[in-house]
Amino acid sequence: MIDTVIIVIVIALVLILVFAFVGIYNGLVKLRNQVKNAWAQIDVQLKRRFDLIPNLVETVKGYMKHERDTLEAVTKARTSVQTATNASVGERSKAEGVLGMALGRLFAVAEQYPDLKANQNFLALQEELTSTENKISFARQYYNDSVLGYNNKTQMFPSNIIAMMTGFKAGEFFEVTVPAEKEAPKVSFS
Amino acid sequence: MMGLLLLLLGYFLGIAFFDSGIIGVILAIIVWIIMNLIAYFQGDSILLGMAKARKISKEDYPRLYNIVEEMKIASGLEYMPDVYIIDDPAPNAFATGRDPKQTSVAVTSGLLQMLNRDELQGVVGHELSHIKNRDVLLMTMCSILLGTIVIIAWYASRFLIFGGASSRRNSSSGGGSAQIIILIIGLVFMILAPIAAQFIYFAVSRKREYLADASSALYTRYPEGLASALEKIASSTNQLRSVNNATAPMYIINPFRKQGLAANDLTSTHPPISERVRILRSMAGGASFKDYNAVYQQIHRGNNIIPSSALGLTEPVTQRSAQQGAAQTGVADELDINRTA
Repeated sequence: MIDTVIIVIVIALVLILVFAFVGIYNGLVKLRNQVKNAWAQIDVQLKRRFDLIPNLVETVKGYMKHERDTLEAVTKARTSVQTATNASVGERSKAEGVLGMALGRLFAVAEQYPDLKANQNFLALQEELTSTENKISFARQYYNDSVLGYNNKTQMFPSNIIAMMTGFKAGEFFEVTVPAEKEAPKVSFS
Repeated sequence: MMGLLLLLLGYFLGIAFFDSGIIGVILAIIVWIIMNLIAYFQGDSILLGMAKARKISKEDYPRLYNIVEEMKIASGLEYMPDVYIIDDPAPNAFATGRDPKQTSVAVTSGLLQMLNRDELQGVVGHELSHIKNRDVLLMTMCSILLGTIVIIAWYASRFLIFGGASSRRNSSSGGGSAQIIILIIGLVFMILAPIAAQFIYFAVSRKREYLADASSALYTRYPEGLASALEKIASSTNQLRSVNNATAPMYIINPFRKQGLAANDLTSTHPPISERVRILRSMAGGASFKDYNAVYQQIHRGNNIIPSSALGLTEPVTQRSAQQGAAQTGVADELDINRTA
């Protein structure tokens, strides 16, 4: 009689453990996918900015003859972003930061050219790039929030045990490494 | 709560009319299910149709569309909502959608003209958080329950007044005082149920509004945007044209506020705007749910407004600064407006 009771209790305990394991494991997978997806979002927006730049440079070139340096800085930053595509998250965010700054300077300079500011094409591009810039920072914000949630799960008891057993590694934050980028780029739209 | 109310109403009316509480309950449930089905499959198109909203693409209003996209990213929504414009000078906005795949957000043309980029972002953030928090579904369910209760109570009262009850009383040969007591209880329920349901509904609605404000602050990291948008909207004297009782709680501010009665605390779908602005402005550099909740607690003597499950994130969240040059409704607006002209 007592034997069967013990067996039942043991089976119940094992079942509870198995369910807990499955639940926590699935939770971890879900969070990891969320982080991956958030990263993809940043990627999409960075790509979009990258694609918009040649168009912008082409439009601006005719108006800003005396601002060769500014334009060149943008083009150069764009190229270095391209080479950093497969680098680490840190490397990459640095290159993207430089590009963001160069673009900011370009728009600041554009303020001094009334003709340019009347150009519909330029205005449309400006809106696109502002929005893309916002989307990048919102995507980064969401990515970092996701990484925080995921890392908490992989480091806190008891989910850390399962994370360790099944090989979940902590995610890397997307930090803004260029100090000047921390202030919003001086993009002025009036 | 409201479901219980509906069942009780059905039960007592069932006893009063059919000698059986069960039939009443079943009838009430049937009415409720039918209304739910209609709302589920047709709700958003009915709502958008009633508001005379028209769908836009990115080419029509690039700035608005971009802002919705930005907030979609910030909130982590999986699917991009459809964007609608309502041609109305009164500034307002609402969101709808039965499941995360098929959602819509609508703003009036008056809102577009009045707000700058930061403010519009705050408003859109508020609306998308209604989608993200599944408020649309919750509020639709609530309003259908409310509607069912009101409809049943209304028809029952007609029935009672125009002969239904009197003929019944004759047939039950001296049913005694128990019969009359049940009838009276039924009557009381008939009168009280719609009122009680309305109060519950308003309370739920107000709570979700606070949560949406807090979420908007979290998404944009800039509560000031929503605060000043709310102020601008509140100071507008235009009254939204195509709106009725059913659609009211979906909007960012109560579209009825200018019709006489000062919005009383208990009978409003939305919290007072002055208080919403005050909370947003008092968040002291933070933008997290915790900061919002802390301010709310100061005002309301310790009550939580944000569900405690959402308060888990311990990381401090700081606000960002205003977007450069966004402080004026300048060129970027013209971009949107030119396209429509």
